[in-house]
Amino acid sequence: MTKSLIHARGLTKTYGDFVAVDGIDFDVAKGESFGFLGPNGAGKSTTMRIIGATSVRTSGTLTILGKDPEVNGPQIRAHLGVVPQQDNLDVELTVSENIFIYGRYFGLSSSFINKKIPELLEFAQLEEKKDTKVQALSGGMKRRLTIARSLVSEPDILMLDEPTTGLDPQARHILWDRLFRLKEQGVTLLITTHYMDEAEQLCDRLIVMDKGKIMAENSPAQLIKDYSTKEVLEVRFGSDKNHEMVEILRPLAERIEVLPDRILLYAEDGEHLLEQIAAKGIHPNTSLVRRSSLEDVFLRLTGRSLVE
Amino acid sequence: MSTINIRKVSRFGTLHVAEARIRNMAKWAGIIFFAAVINPTLYLVSIGIGVGSLIDANKGVDGVSYLTFLAPALLASAAIQGSSDEVIFPTMAGFKWERTFFGMRSTPITARQISLGLFIAAMVRTSVSVVIYWIALYYFGALESSTAWLAMPAALFAGAAMAAVMLALAGKIEKEDFFFTIVGRFIMIPMFLFSGTFYPLSQMPIFLQFFGWLSPLWHATEIGRYLTYDYPVSGPALFMHFFVLSAMIFIGLTASFRIFAARLEK
Repeated sequence: MTKSLIHARGLTKTYGDFVAVDGIDFDVAKGESFGFLGPNGAGKSTTMRIIGATSVRTSGTLTILGKDPEVNGPQIRAHLGVVPQQDNLDVELTVSENIFIYGRYFGLSSSFINKKIPELLEFAQLEEKKDTKVQALSGGMKRRLTIARSLVSEPDILMLDEPTTGLDPQARHILWDRLFRLKEQGVTLLITTHYMDEAEQLCDRLIVMDKGKIMAENSPAQLIKDYSTKEVLEVRFGSDKNHEMVEILRPLAERIEVLPDRILLYAEDGEHLLEQIAAKGIHPNTSLVRRSSLEDVFLRLTGRSLVE
Repeated sequence: MSTINIRKVSRFGTLHVAEARIRNMAKWAGIIFFAAVINPTLYLVSIGIGVGSLIDANKGVDGVSYLTFLAPALLASAAIQGSSDEVIFPTMAGFKWERTFFGMRSTPITARQISLGLFIAAMVRTSVSVVIYWIALYYFGALESSTAWLAMPAALFAGAAMAAVMLALAGKIEKEDFFFTIVGRFIMIPMFLFSGTFYPLSQMPIFLQFFGWLSPLWHATEIGRYLTYDYPVSGPALFMHFFVLSAMIFIGLTASFRIFAARLEK
């Protein structure tokens, strides 16, 4: 047996002819923050549901905490905290009641849960809302409550499916801060996201998925190193002129990508490249030098951008 | 360390699901209580006393007052209505509107426990409604015999049969567009009208009696009348009533276990 908390080999899930997860391999170690990055429909959520022992795999091997989810579903779920893509709180009940009843589903005693509630409310910054019906909460608050609720059983693995989708920037940052604290406490995190900044912020290691397959696997920094240059120069010439400029620019950059509205030029030194272009008498309408991100990795691997 | 207890969950998980439902209902306690009182009052005043005085002037039905005849049917009908509502709406909410079942399903709780917990909670609420209804009947003088209280278990039997079937049916519904209209207009109202509620089913031509045979309301009403006054029911008929209602409970629950599991394990 391996020492990993989650061990998958050839994990596959099909729905009729459609292959949602196509024979993927990965291992997640204790205390690691592991991410699945990919566009909508890449198979991330399906993979999460299989790991969460709520969806049965079609083939392949999978052990979670040393157990097979097909055989030991409830035993595995007892040690997972699950934050689904869509909140599924009981909106008629109060914030505290939601945590309470959820704790009961794990067979926890009322005295244990009642001791735990103030601590979780503090973590989720919802102390003042403890007796408020969930109906009245904002999207960000609901999200934080869903996370707090999932922690009531002190899970070994916390699974977050698109944790910040649909939240405003401020709410996202609050949530990231909370998740970062959990990571510091040594909780094993499993995160799916289609936001590269989220993956960069939270994940020690991630797999890039597309169409049910793993395209690459590594730490965010290493992925960028392996699949992109240090910097990117973004230039715009206006949508009709972008295409004719590509051939002129191609010899100057290490790699070039044409997006509908702009051209991406990959180079170790973006400013230097911009100077070279200017020296040739080419003046783009706008230009921007930035560091490479996971978005560039994804573009390189799939030829498509993450958020389409 | 948390004290997760899997064995406790497998034993009591159903009750925890029911507890969550009952906490939900408690938020609506006022409305539930009000409906439980106002509903029988309206029926008993209009039909019981209004129609009743007319019929009682004609020597009643089966040798008892019209209210006595009507009581077991009204009680069973209230049980059916209450228990159906209490499984249909939470099932729709659990799978679709709020997706709470998917939250439960991420814990050690199983699909079977979710469905059974819902059923139990519905029966708790139905029991409360039935007791209140029975008290109203009592004050209207509809309960003359010493065995009148037996109308309550008979009504709950009908409520359980209907709830089990509705649980499976609601679990199947992914688009609710016409579901509520169909249940309300083409199941509930015809059942109320064609189950020997207001007159003995034998008054109907035989091809219309057929609807009664399918109806849990009719079976429970027959049992209720048998238990509460000298209403003649043969042994085999009584067995059939028990059998049909029991079969509905068994088939409904078994089907709901499968339907819930299939929908929660996609």
